[in-house]
Amino acid sequence: MDFTYTETQDMIRDTLARFLADTYDFETRQKFINGDTGRDPAIWTALAQELGMLGAAFAEEHGGLGGGALENAIVMEELGKVIGIEPYLPTVVIAGGALKAVGGAQADAIIPEIIAGNAIIAFAYAEPQGRYDLANLKTNAKKDGAGYVLNGHKSVVYAAPWATHLLVTARTGGGQRDTDGVSLFLIDAKLPGIVRRDYPTVDGSRASEVYFENVAVPGDALLGSEGAALPLIEQIVDEATVATCAEATGVMQKLHEGTLEYTQQRKQFGVPIAKFQVLQHRMVDMFMEVEQARSMTIMGTLKLGLPANERMAAVSAAKAKVGRGANFVGQNAIQTHGGIGITQELAIGHYFKRATMIEGQFGSVDHHMDRYERIVLAD
Amino acid sequence: MDMEFSPEDLAFQQEVRQFIADNYPAELRGKQDEGEELSKEDFLAWHKILHKKGWIAPAWPVEYGGTGWTPTQRFIWSEETARADCIRLMPFGLAMVGPVIYTFGTPEQKAYFLPRILSGEDWWCQGYSEPGSGSDLASLRTTAVSDGDDYIVNGQKTWTTLAQHADWGFFLVRTDKDAKQQEGISFLLIDMKSPGITVRPIITLGGEHEVNEVWLEDVRVPKSQRVYEENKGWTCAKFLLAHERTGIAGVAASKRGIEKVKAIARTELDGDKPLLANPFFKRKVAELEVDLTALEFTELRSLAGANAGKGPGPESSLLKIKGSEIQQRLTELTLEAVGHYGAPYFRGFGEGDNEHPIGPDYAHRAAPTYFNMRKTTIYGGSNEIQRNIIAKMVLGL
Repeated sequence: MDFTYTETQDMIRDTLARFLADTYDFETRQKFINGDTGRDPAIWTALAQELGMLGAAFAEEHGGLGGGALENAIVMEELGKVIGIEPYLPTVVIAGGALKAVGGAQADAIIPEIIAGNAIIAFAYAEPQGRYDLANLKTNAKKDGAGYVLNGHKSVVYAAPWATHLLVTARTGGGQRDTDGVSLFLIDAKLPGIVRRDYPTVDGSRASEVYFENVAVPGDALLGSEGAALPLIEQIVDEATVATCAEATGVMQKLHEGTLEYTQQRKQFGVPIAKFQVLQHRMVDMFMEVEQARSMTIMGTLKLGLPANERMAAVSAAKAKVGRGANFVGQNAIQTHGGIGITQELAIGHYFKRATMIEGQFGSVDHHMDRYERIVLAD
Repeated sequence: MDMEFSPEDLAFQQEVRQFIADNYPAELRGKQDEGEELSKEDFLAWHKILHKKGWIAPAWPVEYGGTGWTPTQRFIWSEETARADCIRLMPFGLAMVGPVIYTFGTPEQKAYFLPRILSGEDWWCQGYSEPGSGSDLASLRTTAVSDGDDYIVNGQKTWTTLAQHADWGFFLVRTDKDAKQQEGISFLLIDMKSPGITVRPIITLGGEHEVNEVWLEDVRVPKSQRVYEENKGWTCAKFLLAHERTGIAGVAASKRGIEKVKAIARTELDGDKPLLANPFFKRKVAELEVDLTALEFTELRSLAGANAGKGPGPESSLLKIKGSEIQQRLTELTLEAVGHYGAPYFRGFGEGDNEHPIGPDYAHRAAPTYFNMRKTTIYGGSNEIQRNIIAKMVLGL
């Protein structure tokens, strides 16, 4: 048992933090998220090619640094600290995770492209009727010769407007909510018949409604075995959930620090409002939520390799605790700032918006408490 | 970073498990299961077994009688003792004054007191709080006036836990009335059989005699029993409080507590189903487990920091706050789970009692424990004081 980071991990964190401090200050971020494409592609390229950061979590045989979930957590936490909109989560954590799990020719072909910064992969899994149920799918892929024909509608696909590839969950058999018959495809985002409706998200990113209209998909786009991909999808979504907890920790830390700083400057009744004990205790409660989010992220990350049930219980415990904490820290950061907190002017409100979206990402607190109970507290 | 146990760790776990199974006193187990109040002899029985084995003070440096265990082995030890529902060892000697003596004491003090703490020969109590000095500990007014090689101590202490059993007490006393509050305090070791000491019981909400008032009237204490320099006792007091707070998280014991609550809630019926199937009750149990997991990993991170050379610092206040809240929620859920049978007042078995007390065994102490455990957010520096400490020491406010 060991709860310390390696020197390499410390170095990854420091390098990334320095780079983001230089390139991702709040004004710069606001400028490019409000621009036409909503991003600055040079940042992604630099992350890949100058810092080698997109390879941190990949094996050396693919050109990576040999890391895994801990490295993903480190990168996501640092991105959280700058409310970064870089598509690291869908590209590296989710699609990269699926490719690592599946291996073979697909991994050999795509992982180097991810590491080089050439591939951006969006995760098209949610559907209008499905809520957080990964198996509730109307999107279907029908066998057609050596390939498939894909039809359906995917909701709120973050990073889809920027994507070179889409990672798509679809039914190849079974009824709408069956656990069997679910398959996973990695496809070119420009295939004929893919129609996108792009839009900005409230937390500064870009997403799309993605429609598949008789899209002809080659047979080698299938990841894993046909009709039996749900366990793999659950695994990569758990990995993504913990990575999102890491991002949340970074966001929450900044919400807390920003609040500390502001209350020491803002004067009312002739004194900095940080002198008021009621606010001090509130900020201590925020601090405790940040620290517990950090602890739960580590817990969840370290348990990703356990058998499915233990992994799911751990991930749900982490997300439930972090979701609640993100809500508490975000709301209290705004409350403590007062009126200025509800304007677009300060960074604090933008951190709050991201924290709020994280609460529901990959499942609300209630969703994860339900899943935790089903596994741990069965009658 | 990883959570794996090495083959050596697994062997150690097995050894600990076997040792407890072979050596934990059956009589003590029986009393715990019946929910009886434990006597001094009960507490010492397990203490002496561990002392004989050399496992009484895992946290101490080896040179003073520690086990030299790795942090992982210490983690396993606390897990296994909680899992087997072993009683908690009295902290006053082992976790409080012992570390103060080996950190700040003279060679003579170490040579005399430390072995007696380890063996259980001396029972210790803590003379800190006074009727007028609770959260504002440094305002204490018990005085120690120099008289040749001795001090003459006068004053009153309160909330002195199990002082009725104590052979020795460690006391904070004022040795300089004119100094700033924290600077005129000294740390004295006082023989509880000294003339002039009176111990009077305070009965708490659960009916227990756990705490006491201690009166000191012209008590003569040799200066050789002062730890560290005169007027520098606050240094020892702060050191001790930080140590006290880490132990206070009580993670392993709360894990065991949750298992007990679940067992009760699987037995108790709510309609035609076990109480644990009630979605509202179940959610409270689940939330408690999740919060306990967060506490556990926060403590593990803190221990990793401590092993990197940082002693228990102000972050131990976080462990105290969250640990005590969880302990209280646990007693609340237990009382809720037992339903009607929380109400009958069980006074323990008297001489010649042979009637079984009212209600199931697990219900006997549900309410008294709930009442008693309100103390956890008050003692060791109330949770509001802990927030002040974090605000000042961590947040820099």
